[in-house]
Amino acid sequence: MAIEVRIPTILRTYTDGEKAVNGEGATLAELFADLETRHKGIQERIVDDAKGGELRRFVNVYLNDEDVRFLDGISTALKDGDNVTILPAVAGGSK
Amino acid sequence: MLTLTQALYDQIVEHARKDHPDEACGVVAGPAGTGRPERFIPMLNAARSPTFYEFDSKDLLKLYRELDDRDEDPVIVYHSHTATEAYPSRTDVTYANEPGAHYVLVSTADQDGLGEFQFRSYRIVDGMITEEEVQVVAGY
Repeated sequence: MAIEVRIPTILRTYTDGEKAVNGEGATLAELFADLETRHKGIQERIVDDAKGGELRRFVNVYLNDEDVRFLDGISTALKDGDNVTILPAVAGGSK
Repeated sequence: MLTLTQALYDQIVEHARKDHPDEACGVVAGPAGTGRPERFIPMLNAARSPTFYEFDSKDLLKLYRELDDRDEDPVIVYHSHTATEAYPSRTDVTYANEPGAHYVLVSTADQDGLGEFQFRSYRIVDGMITEEEVQVVAGY
């Protein structure tokens, strides 16, 4: 069960500079736990433990081009051959 | 130092003025590795707010796919502050995720008489803000 995960520049420090890595899991939560075993530290940059393991508010995750917030969030089901893209939000403001 | 053309400078200012009193945001892309801003890409502020901006998530994915396909970097990430100075807020620093980018801030506070017009540029790396000089040129 291989899923390709595209890694944004800011998180490539966890993947030895790799733009994409492979992982596995039946859900996004499992996939990120799997990535953590080889890329220590990456999971907490994506998942907010303080909020019950949901995705961080300002990290966007896409499954085959669909924002997973419009699917099942961290519980979104995955299948072999899926593509996952992680992109930090571009956000800010005067407040 | 940030070097950009007068044309790009004018496009950023025009976008900020047009969206005032909401914050405007966007990117100027350039060929990967050159650090040269070339392609102006105004983005929609999905927050439509005078105090916050966020790229729409679908637009964000489209933007990064396009940069990847064209072998470009986001050389400048710009946004406006509409009632305060053009200096990165705590929020700006928290969400600054492009250590290689020039973060340009424009203040349109002058439109409401709340301050002076400003166009300033910063590097934001690991939560540290470093202001840099802005050089406007006719062309590269």
